[in-house]
Amino acid sequence: MSLKDLRGKIAIAGVGTAGCGEAHGMSDLEILSLAAKIAVEDAGLSMKDMDGLCTANLNAAMWPLNVVECLGIRPKFVEGTNIGGAAFVAHQLPAMLALDAGVCDAVLVCYGSTQRTAAFGRKERGAARILLDPDPFQSPYQPFNPPSSYALIAARHMYQYGTTRRHLAEVAVAARKWAQLNPEAFSRDPLDIDTVLKARMISDPFTAYDCCLVTDGAAAYVMTRAERAKDLKKKPIYILSNATAVWHRSVSGMRDLTVTPSTESGERAFAAAGLGPKDMDVVQIYDAFSINTILALEDLGFCGKGEGGPFVENGAIAPGGRLPVNTNGGGLSCVHPNMYGAFATIEAARQLRGECGERQVKGATTALVNGNGGNSSSSQSTSVLATADAL
Amino acid sequence: MHANDPEGAEARYQAQLNEGRFLIQRCNECDKYVFYPRVVCPHCGGASLAWVEPKGTGAVYSTTTVRRKAEAGGDYDVSLIELDEGVRMMSRVEGVAPAEVKIGMRVRAKVVDDKGAGLVVFTAEEAK
Repeated sequence: MSLKDLRGKIAIAGVGTAGCGEAHGMSDLEILSLAAKIAVEDAGLSMKDMDGLCTANLNAAMWPLNVVECLGIRPKFVEGTNIGGAAFVAHQLPAMLALDAGVCDAVLVCYGSTQRTAAFGRKERGAARILLDPDPFQSPYQPFNPPSSYALIAARHMYQYGTTRRHLAEVAVAARKWAQLNPEAFSRDPLDIDTVLKARMISDPFTAYDCCLVTDGAAAYVMTRAERAKDLKKKPIYILSNATAVWHRSVSGMRDLTVTPSTESGERAFAAAGLGPKDMDVVQIYDAFSINTILALEDLGFCGKGEGGPFVENGAIAPGGRLPVNTNGGGLSCVHPNMYGAFATIEAARQLRGECGERQVKGATTALVNGNGGNSSSSQSTSVLATADAL
Repeated sequence: MHANDPEGAEARYQAQLNEGRFLIQRCNECDKYVFYPRVVCPHCGGASLAWVEPKGTGAVYSTTTVRRKAEAGGDYDVSLIELDEGVRMMSRVEGVAPAEVKIGMRVRAKVVDDKGAGLVVFTAEEAK
């Protein structure tokens, strides 16, 4: 059996989001529960039908236990791998294998974080994480992570390829223009390139607008075998492929700062799907920072290495541009509660269902999702999704 | 070092730094340099890693200025340094303003005291 044998066998049958933006007074688990309920009902199923679970959380090492108890489910398949924000894309392959093997019949992939409004705040959580998971060869130099690690990547990309801060700003402005078409997006005020360039610098070359939002938010989706999905409430979105690559932990451990593991995950995902970048109608890239979008467009083959800057010029990935990228507004302008992978997946599914209103990419039948994880593009997980028309 | 050494590589590296000595590792099996210090070679899987003194020179591979309020100490540099042995490490370049640290700049290592522990930082070679 190969990855190709799983092509189109599994579908996304339900999606849900909750608590996006600010969820005052709520816990991670509470907004996760609400998103899970919406996703399950969206599929026309009930919570007790969820006999598979994929979930992870930045603060809890045994998070699946918290979730099963809270939701009152007893899954036969559980997957709690945490490789950062790419996890909720990377959870697909093990879930596909479990569903295809008949180990379980419906897998709930879910995530929730109230990092923005939590009483036990970001500063305390960050300090606790370093205590529990030391980074002794970087911490003494006080990188402001994750921004500083991605800033080092961006600085090297600029040095090697002539990428400019204006190119980075194009990414942030495109994301904002999509967000303005999305009522669920957190940041919808107008934004132009000069404002990005003149904003408060965080870690050079990034200003605040090059960095993702810090919001609350929960996201959940339900996966079933394709033949079952056909009989459920919503139009099935088929998973043609999913592939994950994990290369390092820290920016110090990267061989080439300008090349991410999506060169590998993308190649495997496209090969198994039997499609390429040119066949993608809509693209959802985990944009933790503006440089991520440029790196992914290059590494997934939408343009050549080093050409990502010029590729995004003149609104090329904004509404009305040549390639619709991050149509919900992405992590930069829509939602970013620590880990964003599930949100990218859900936006792709919503686009393929045709549920996106003003921001809908007309007639989209294929979508690419690229998850990013860790402090320095450490993990990447790529999926190709499609409607029945593109199967 | 060997897998049955009583002291781990990380502890030994720090103990050496605390005495003012900056040492990196080279694998006895594949001859490749290794940083950060480990007990198993990430290149070949060998468990025989020797401590060697690097030349102490290298170049800035990438750099960022972390912006911090003046009252908290002001802006500071975080850089990735590629040693002439080929390994890369996070550090900072001292003796010049953070904004003056540039990719490609030649730098030299020195061990400083950081709250009682030895720490490797770099200075621009021109500044010496």
